[in-house]
Amino acid sequence: MNDTNQTPHRWGMAIDLDRCTGCQACVAACHAENNLPVSDPASAAKGRAVHWIRVDRYYEGEFPNVRVKYMPVLCQQCDEAPCEPVCPVYATYKNPEGLNVQVYNRCVGTRYCANNCPYSVRFFNWFDPVWAAPLGLQHNPDVSIRMGGVMEKCTFCIQRIKRAETEAKNEKRRVADGEVQPACVQSCPAEAMVFGDLNDPESKVSRMAGSGRSTRLLEELGTQPKVFYLQRAT
Amino acid sequence: MATVPETIPYGEVRRDLWRPLSGASSRYLITLLLLSSVAFWGLCAWGYQLYKGIGVAGIHRPVFWGFYLVNFVFWIGISHAGTLISAILRLTDANWRKPVTRAAEAITVFALMIGGMFPIIHLGRAWLFYWLFPYPNSRLLWPNFRSPLLWDVTAISTYLTGSTIYLFLPLIPDIAQLKEHATGWRRRLYGALSLGWTGSDRQWHALERAMKLMAAIILAVAVSVHTVVAWDFSMSIAPMWHSSIFGPYFVVGAIFSGIAALIIVMAIIRKAMHLEQYLTAHHFKNLAKLLLLMSLLWLYFTVAENLTAWYGNEPKEMIVFGSRVRGGFAPYFWVMVFCNFVVPFVLLGIKRLRTIRTAIIASITVIIGMWLERFLIIIPTLSFGRLPAAWGNYAPSWVEISISIATFAGMGVLYMLFAKLFPIVSVWEFEPHVGPED
Repeated sequence: MNDTNQTPHRWGMAIDLDRCTGCQACVAACHAENNLPVSDPASAAKGRAVHWIRVDRYYEGEFPNVRVKYMPVLCQQCDEAPCEPVCPVYATYKNPEGLNVQVYNRCVGTRYCANNCPYSVRFFNWFDPVWAAPLGLQHNPDVSIRMGGVMEKCTFCIQRIKRAETEAKNEKRRVADGEVQPACVQSCPAEAMVFGDLNDPESKVSRMAGSGRSTRLLEELGTQPKVFYLQRAT
Repeated sequence: MATVPETIPYGEVRRDLWRPLSGASSRYLITLLLLSSVAFWGLCAWGYQLYKGIGVAGIHRPVFWGFYLVNFVFWIGISHAGTLISAILRLTDANWRKPVTRAAEAITVFALMIGGMFPIIHLGRAWLFYWLFPYPNSRLLWPNFRSPLLWDVTAISTYLTGSTIYLFLPLIPDIAQLKEHATGWRRRLYGALSLGWTGSDRQWHALERAMKLMAAIILAVAVSVHTVVAWDFSMSIAPMWHSSIFGPYFVVGAIFSGIAALIIVMAIIRKAMHLEQYLTAHHFKNLAKLLLLMSLLWLYFTVAENLTAWYGNEPKEMIVFGSRVRGGFAPYFWVMVFCNFVVPFVLLGIKRLRTIRTAIIASITVIIGMWLERFLIIIPTLSFGRLPAAWGNYAPSWVEISISIATFAGMGVLYMLFAKLFPIVSVWEFEPHVGPED
C-alpha cells in the first residue's frame, strides 16, 4: 500500500462571488453533463424546472444605485446534512469521501429531504423525464437517467470524481489538484468556481476556503457545508 | 338522570338496536350508491396519478408536501375520536358512555385506514411503500430508524392494529348473540367472528381483562401516534415547524377534531337509525362540554405557539408567521380561529345555547377549522423557505381535490357497511345481570 490512498479525499468547492457575472454557463453545463430534464415553460412557471445549480440574484442598495449580486447555489454537500437523517429508506447518505449522495433506485419519493434542505437544492422528478428531439441524443452515458417519482440533486459530478480516482489509482498516484473539475467549474468563464480536495491544505480550494473573504451559506444552521463563498465584506 | 336506557326492557333494546341490521331502505341504498361513486371517483383519480406520475398533483418545489399530507394529519386526528374518548370513559367507568363507545371506536378504525393511505398516495413511487417496513430482504437493507417517517409507519401500524382489536373485543358478545338469530351467510360470518364465544364465566373474565388492558394501552398509543405525526414536522429545521410544542399541540388538536367527528356521526346515526332514545340530549351535551374544553385548550396552544414565535421575532419565522396572520394565508387563519374558537365558545359556552343542534353546528365548524389548521401548518412554512430565491406558492390540482373529497365519501361507505353488519350501539352492555359489570 502506498500512502497516497490512505487519506480519503474531502471534496469541496469555492465560489468567488466577486468574480461571478451571473452568466448561467454553469447551469447550462450542468444540464448537459448530468442529463437533467428540460422543462417546458408551463411546468417551469409551476416550479417544476430542475437545475442542480441555479444563480440566485440579490439586489443591494436603493434604486437607482442598485448593484446586483449573483450567487450560484448548488447542493452544499453538508457534513451535517439535514436531508440525510430524515430519509426513511437511506436513499440519501454520506459516502466515505463526505459527499452527500442520492441513491435513485432506493428513493421512494417521500420528499422529506427536500423539505428539510434549507438551501432548496433538491429536485423531484414529478414525471418520467422527456427530452425534446434531438436533446435525447446527447445524453451523458456516465450518468443514469432518473425515473419519475425520485429525488435528485447535485452530485459534485461524482462520475468525473470516480473516473479521476480510478485513473490515479491505476497510475499509483494521488489525484492532482485541479484534475477533477465538475461541469460547472469547467465551464465558468470568469473562473469564479474552484473545486478540489479540502483535505489537502495546499490545494487551491483549501487556500480559498481559508481566505478572509470566505463564508458559507446559512452557516448559522450548523450544517457544515463544503461549498465556500468568497465575497468582499461590505 | 336518565342517561342510559335502563328504563327500556332489554328485549326492546335488542330489537331496537338490531333493527337497522336487517333489510335496507331505499334511502340507505341511494346514499350508499352516491357515496361509493364519489369514493370510486377518488380511486380513479389515484389510478390516474399512479399511471401519469405524482406530477398530476399540484405540489411542486418548494411546496413538496400538499393536500395529501394535510389530509393525512387531519384523518389521523379524526381517528382520535374513538380510542381516546371511549378509553377514557371506559377506564373511568362513566356509565353514560355505553351508547357512545362503539360509534367512536369505529370512527377510529376507519379514519386510520383512510389517514394511513395518504402517505402512500403521496409517495413518488407509491408501489414501493413497503420499503419503509423493516422486513428481511436479500439486499440486507434496513429502513432508516432515525427518520421520523419510519416512526410514523411504526406508530400508525401499531395504532391501527390496537384500535382494531379494541373495536373488536367488545363486539364479540354481540356477534355471538347475533349468530344465534342469523341465517345464511350472516350466520357463517358471525359464527367465524364470534371466536367460539359461549358466554362462560371464564370468557367474561378474560374479555373484561382484555378490554381494560387494551383501553390502557390504546390511550398511550393514541397519544404517541399524534405526537409522532407532529414530529414529522418539528424534527425538521424549517421555520415554524421546529417547535417543541408541536407534539402536545397536535394531540390536543386531534382529540378536538375527533370529538367533533364523533358528535357529527352520532347525530347522523341517531336520525338515520331512529336511536333518539339511546343517543339522548344528555350525551350530546356531555360531548359538547368536552368539545368546549378542547376548544379552549386548542386556543391556549395556538396562542402559545404563535406568541412565542412573534415575540422571538426571528426573521425567518416572522415571514411565515406574517403570511399566516396578515399575508396571503390570513383569510384561512382567521376563519380557522373563528371556526375553532369563536363558534364553539359562543354556542357551547353559553348554557342556554347548548343543545344538540348547536353541538352539531359547532362540530362542523371545528372539522373545517381543524382541516384549515393542518393546511396552515404545512403550506406556509414550505412556501417561505430560508432562501427567498426558492419561495413559491401552492394550488391543489383536481386530482388532489378529488382524492380529498373521496376520502370523506369513503369514510361514509365504510361506516354504513359497518353499521349494517354490526349493531352500532353495543347491545350486551344493556343486558341486566350479564357480563363483567355485575
